[in-house]
Amino acid sequence: MAKKLKQPSVKEQYENLNSDMKRRVQQHGTSNGQRVAKIKGSGPENPVKVLKRVLSYTFRNKFAAVMLVILIVLSSAAGAVGSFMLTFVIGAIEDMVNGVAGADQSLISWTIALICVYVVGVLSTFSYSRLMMYIAQGTLKRMRDEMFINMQYLPLRYFDTHTHGELMSRYTNDVDTLRQMLSQSVPQMISAVVTIVVVLLCMIFMSFSLTLVMLVILSVNIVCIKVIGAESSRQFLKQQVSIGKVNGFVEEMMEGQKVVKVFCHENKARENFKAINEELRISGTKANQLTNMLGPMSNILSYFQYVVVAIVGAVFFATHSIGALSLYSVAFGDGSGAFTVGDVSVLIAFLTLIRSFNQPVQQVTQQFNAIVMGLAGAERIFDIFDTPHEDKGGDITLVYGEGGIEKWSWKKPEADGTFSYIPLRGDIRFKDVIFGYTPDKIILKDISLYAKPGQKIAFVGATGAGKTTITNLINRFYDIQSGSITYDGLDIKSINKDDLRRSLGIVLQDTHLFTGTVMDNIRYGRLNATDEECIAAAKLANADYFISHLPEGYQTLIKGDGGNLSQGQRQLLAIARAMVSECPVLILDEATSSIDTRTEKLIEQGMDKLMEGRTVFVIAHRLSTVRNSQAIMVLDHGRIIERGTHDQLIAQKGVYYQLYTGAFELE
Amino acid sequence: MVKTLLKSVKQYKTVSILTPLVMIGEAAMEIIIPFLMGFLIDEITEMADTQTFSMKIVWYGLAMIGCAAFALYCGIMGGRLASKASAGFAANLRYDMYDNIQTYSFANIDNFSTASLITRITTDVSNVQLAFQMCIRMLVRAPILFIFATIMTFVISPTMGGVFIAAAVVLAIIVGIIMVRVATPFRIMFKKYDNLNRVVQEDLTAIRVVKSYVREEHEMDKMQAATQDVYNYSVKAEKLLNYLMPVVQCVIYVAMILLLIMGGNMIIDGTGLTMGNLTSLLQYMTQILTAVMLVAMCLQYISLSKGSMDRIAAVLEEKTTLPKPKAPVFEVKDGSIDFDGVSMSYLQKADVTVLSDINLHIKSGETVGIIGATGSGKSSLVSLIPRLYDVAEGSVKVGGVDVREYNLDTLRSKVAMVLQKNVLFSGSITENLKWGDENATQEEIEEACRQACADEFIRQLPGGYDYDLGQGGVNVSGGQKQRLCIARALLRKPKVIIFDDSTSAVDTKTDAMIRQSLRTHAPEVTKIIIAQRIASVEDADRIVVLDEGKITGIGTHEELLKNNAIYQEVYLSQVKGKADEEDGGEEDGEKA
Repeated sequence: MAKKLKQPSVKEQYENLNSDMKRRVQQHGTSNGQRVAKIKGSGPENPVKVLKRVLSYTFRNKFAAVMLVILIVLSSAAGAVGSFMLTFVIGAIEDMVNGVAGADQSLISWTIALICVYVVGVLSTFSYSRLMMYIAQGTLKRMRDEMFINMQYLPLRYFDTHTHGELMSRYTNDVDTLRQMLSQSVPQMISAVVTIVVVLLCMIFMSFSLTLVMLVILSVNIVCIKVIGAESSRQFLKQQVSIGKVNGFVEEMMEGQKVVKVFCHENKARENFKAINEELRISGTKANQLTNMLGPMSNILSYFQYVVVAIVGAVFFATHSIGALSLYSVAFGDGSGAFTVGDVSVLIAFLTLIRSFNQPVQQVTQQFNAIVMGLAGAERIFDIFDTPHEDKGGDITLVYGEGGIEKWSWKKPEADGTFSYIPLRGDIRFKDVIFGYTPDKIILKDISLYAKPGQKIAFVGATGAGKTTITNLINRFYDIQSGSITYDGLDIKSINKDDLRRSLGIVLQDTHLFTGTVMDNIRYGRLNATDEECIAAAKLANADYFISHLPEGYQTLIKGDGGNLSQGQRQLLAIARAMVSECPVLILDEATSSIDTRTEKLIEQGMDKLMEGRTVFVIAHRLSTVRNSQAIMVLDHGRIIERGTHDQLIAQKGVYYQLYTGAFELE
Repeated sequence: MVKTLLKSVKQYKTVSILTPLVMIGEAAMEIIIPFLMGFLIDEITEMADTQTFSMKIVWYGLAMIGCAAFALYCGIMGGRLASKASAGFAANLRYDMYDNIQTYSFANIDNFSTASLITRITTDVSNVQLAFQMCIRMLVRAPILFIFATIMTFVISPTMGGVFIAAAVVLAIIVGIIMVRVATPFRIMFKKYDNLNRVVQEDLTAIRVVKSYVREEHEMDKMQAATQDVYNYSVKAEKLLNYLMPVVQCVIYVAMILLLIMGGNMIIDGTGLTMGNLTSLLQYMTQILTAVMLVAMCLQYISLSKGSMDRIAAVLEEKTTLPKPKAPVFEVKDGSIDFDGVSMSYLQKADVTVLSDINLHIKSGETVGIIGATGSGKSSLVSLIPRLYDVAEGSVKVGGVDVREYNLDTLRSKVAMVLQKNVLFSGSITENLKWGDENATQEEIEEACRQACADEFIRQLPGGYDYDLGQGGVNVSGGQKQRLCIARALLRKPKVIIFDDSTSAVDTKTDAMIRQSLRTHAPEVTKIIIAQRIASVEDADRIVVLDEGKITGIGTHEELLKNNAIYQEVYLSQVKGKADEEDGGEEDGEKA
């Protein structure tokens, strides 16, 4: 009677399945690299510490935690005690068959007691799963939110050193393994341990010697699970490697599918795919085979245990030795040493319990792995919590219409508690700036430059010369190693970082759009801009024409980073976004690189308007874009090698001249 | 849909059918064992009366172990066969999808995005693989177990059999209701998960934009809304699921109590039920109820993977949009090209005409430049020549034959195209170049590279022609990549070669050198050059000016300068402020 045996197995299988499905569905669309990373990232470095932190993070409400543990203990104890009591009921039935006096009374009372235990069991199972659900889901929401909030304030360096896939995987895989751990593994672990303890106590109470026999066989079971488990996880790792290979290949070939067509390379591509596909098939077969073995294996071993105990028990009967070792017999037997009806019930009851013992043991071994995995994920999540935020910058803030200044000004707190106001003009100066993304690799060497309010400054140079780096320093995406950068005479480090960035409008090299309408994306530049202002900006950027040709004009939804728009159109939107932001200083990093020269000509007017009265930094590949700048800096290997106006530089017949005449190849 | 997928079982049909059969063996043993267990218990009970050790106990025990061993054998075999079948099925699915994708036209490829094709071949297939394995292992075994166990209970005691059936029906109904009701919130929850992932993904890719515009809090609001949604629907779904276990317990407990009361009475009354029977019945009861649960789970699993199945079936069922000619032509006579009244539109946006009323006749060996703004239809126009797309109206002829009459490989091997978004593959330079001609000798490769002005820089790379390009050719610069792509196309020894903005990252001098060497080395090849910069096309025999899908002018550089407004504008936008002798020299990266 394996009541307790099958119950958790159904539940466990169901939950595992469910979570497996969820994970799979969640993973849909995320790269496989994440999964590989998850498998590789084995255990956490300090499991106990992480476990403590996870638990204290999860159970902020101590009362709920205590309640939860009580309920879980009640639920599993009810199951185990129920099995044990069943034996008394059966014993009572037998007593009745044998006509023992008062057996009918004890049968009724045992049955009622059993019903009570079952009711307690059902109620506590329901309450604990409900309570756990709220706790787990609440924790996950809190964790995702906090992780995201923390992430927003991480310095850019963090994003440089971690891939998107890696960070994404913390929101998907890591949170999910943690969810599994919290809502399944931990309760199951507690419940399994409680069951094991209760059942074991009952067994010892019945027969110590049979318990020993059972434990010996059980250890064989555990060893089997362990060996197969270890081998199967090794095979799964192998399978992951094969999956990675297939994914890599498919990715590359799908990206280049059009080239495959143009070169009639289809058959060759088929052959190559066939080979690695076969490799995955083989490793997949092996990995699954072992996992599929686990179930039948432990099921059968528990039967084996059953039979051995039955035979040994029967032998004990014959040798009259069972009573001596059984507390049960001492309590209920006649003490004569001869085996009795009571002893038979002991053996039958014992056999019943054996079937309820294997399942929790198997659970403990399995859940242990899940918990280790969950902790590893938690550790990665906490890593985001623990990484120091980007510093807030200084205490100078940007204000509008204060201190007698009509427009924007810098509000600087003075030592005496008053404030002084410096009008925002857009005067930016670099003095002897040295910078490298890592200290040992200097990118910019001794850069000194000035941009007076309203000037257009251009940077020209090969890829890697340091053009984009300069703009990254103005908005303090990175901090310089030495030298100084001033903004309206103020060291940029003394300005509140958010305010500093608010004063700079940037159109980046790679245009990024967000899911939402076209209007929303333009409004991203200034959240309180009206529709009219957004449309006006779009018109200036010459984006109005293509937007009005979209199916729903400004209300057209943009999906997947604007995949349905051409690169040029996306750049036009980004320019409109910058126009709406009304920042006094503009940085245009290859803002028009994907716009053809004729369209660029068309938006030039708008661009001129955009740049009017603003300090503008322009980075461009296309030299026609920078021609009308007040100063052009030619960068080479982190140094400014030439500077001057277009005409001056042409007359100089230096590098700029060569670039301009096409003698050099940029890129 | 399921039918489409099952076609891919192929050589694994035998193992797929064998698996459930073997699983039936295991199920049968699972049924016999409790029966033997009952005998064993009866023997032990009897010992109380006889006071002697009965060898029957050992025999029953051994029989049980024997059955268990056989069940183990079946179980392991079933597991093996199932994994062989499912992994094989998955491999076939992947291959069949990949195979079909190879037959896709450009229009088909546009229809699916690259990213979605990748997910379909990888993640979706493994979802289906699991569902398939589940089906062949469990979906037969569980019902069989159910039937056997029910029969056995009826054999032992028809009354108890009735009780179990009733319990199973109640359980099935309740589980069914929960599963059905939970499906909707779960489906919504998955969508909300997608949304949440999207918010994070977008924030990550655009982190610089977020920080530049100081929009951290705005992003957090978005995230909070997303996590709240996920929370709400998870709670909704899991609340329902919470009922599952207590309900199952309830049913089992009630059945158990009934069994004890009724069975107990029968034993006491001596109406044919023994202690051993009682033990067996308890065992069968759990088996029956477990079977019900398992079937429910399998069904849920399958319904959850239905999305994946749909996506795979879509790839398998997609038919190429380029129908094969009945009597294909296997020879391209020369490099002449004729567009007669051609109009074209893309599948997804059939209402937008990309090209309309194009009439253009290009003689073999001619060099033709094409100029026009982004979106004017330049790439669309040339993509019709190697029949990457089909025309909507009119006809395109190469060598005097309609492109739709050619064997596709014949046509494409003679019409080489250097795509705008060109791709190199991981592997050495030589390997990549051999895409142009598999049997090319080293001399031929080097010659092609010399013509494409690539030989010089290749020699400077470590390993020269054996230099590894890395995935997507990341290890060379844009200009170098373009030159390699040109060399690759030249190796095809085509009759027509098309450059779709293929020298945008190459400096003007090299650009001119490439054009010069083509003129001298391949005078008979028709050359079509799409370019952003005038300099790349001004020495062409003729230049075609495209605007919004229409030809607005054809002529030489000088002619167009005189009579074509758009050409003049483009020209002026590029040479303004330049002295006449200075050639247009800006770098124009149409980078994707």
